[in-house]
Amino acid sequence: MLVIFSQFADWLVYQLLGLSPEQRLGEALHFFVEDTSKIFALLVVMIYVLALLRASLNVERVRDYLAGKHRTTGYLLGSAFGAVTPFCSCSSIPAFLGFTSAGIPLGITMAFLLTSPLINEVAVLLLLSILGWKFTLIYIAVGMLVGICAGALLDAIHAERWLQAFAAKALERGQQQDFQAGEAEVLSWQARHQFAKQETRDIFARVWKWVLIGVGLGAALHGFVPDGWVVAHLGQGQWWSVPLAVLLGVPLYSNVTGIVPVMESLLQHGLPIGTTLAFCMATVAASFPEFVLLKQVMQWRLLAAVLLILLTAFTLMGWLFNLIGPLL
Amino acid sequence: MKQIKVLGSGCTKCVKTAELISEVVAELGVDAEVSKETSPEAIMGYGVMRTPAVVIDEHVVHSGSMPEKAQIVGWLS
Repeated sequence: MLVIFSQFADWLVYQLLGLSPEQRLGEALHFFVEDTSKIFALLVVMIYVLALLRASLNVERVRDYLAGKHRTTGYLLGSAFGAVTPFCSCSSIPAFLGFTSAGIPLGITMAFLLTSPLINEVAVLLLLSILGWKFTLIYIAVGMLVGICAGALLDAIHAERWLQAFAAKALERGQQQDFQAGEAEVLSWQARHQFAKQETRDIFARVWKWVLIGVGLGAALHGFVPDGWVVAHLGQGQWWSVPLAVLLGVPLYSNVTGIVPVMESLLQHGLPIGTTLAFCMATVAASFPEFVLLKQVMQWRLLAAVLLILLTAFTLMGWLFNLIGPLL
Repeated sequence: MKQIKVLGSGCTKCVKTAELISEVVAELGVDAEVSKETSPEAIMGYGVMRTPAVVIDEHVVHSGSMPEKAQIVGWLS
């Protein structure tokens, strides 16, 4: 079914524009046209259908569910909900405080917040349709594991002492009181359709430019980085290439939807799977605007701890997958 | 006089929500004051987890999206 987008690109680039697949420009443009048309079409359909299904899942219900859960299952659940709950990073501060004032431990809240940008259902379906189920499973497992470990580690070092004073007080109050869950609302199909329509418009407006940038980068890599260069210089998964990829990825920021075509292009060029994941996840998970927002509820030490944990986690994960990658 | 507060930490949607409400207030000629609340602590105090949210006379009437114009008219009448 997805082959029509390749045929469309054949027609537009090779026949209408008269470029040749042998030329760099032709190859790059073909990649760009095929991927943008495919991703945009998939996005609209998938966001709508998924929004219809999960219209009644929101951060308030996740909080009600997580409040009072035991820590061991809490990290796993926090991370899993982070992956599936629709969530805009502009709401991360109120959501953080909502969790905190319900007495949910910092580590569980962070497992939710850190997994949220790394995995969402739209990205998962894009990964499935572009890079296949095996890579998708690896990506999901790694994303959740990073969220879970970072959360557990933050609690282990009692990182909550580095919250801003008012947030620390809210956490303490929340842990002393019994949490009262709110009423869950029942939604009609009409309301679900409204929500899904709005959600499709919102998410599309938010991610389309990331898709264009991501596909543009992928296309540039495709057409202009000579075949064999990546394999020759980075193909062995040289140990230094992983921390370098993470450090390069942190100041860059992309939405997870935009990073999928970049991963596609990097992997096709022969960049090892661990280096690719390390670069892309660092790009998606760590963003400076997000950290500046978090400063409102966290002291510098806590922010630094979170960043350090993320960098270490992505580097270790990259080394691991470069090592076992050939076996997969 | 109605006190209307738009809660949100300065995201575009929050700014647009405040503008839209001010417009409707002017259109209907309602006696109301529209202000923005950006402090995370104050937003937490209202128990709001998704912004933009709208508070009228200290009651949260809406949270998580830009309200429709018809909704705003409903709150003001």
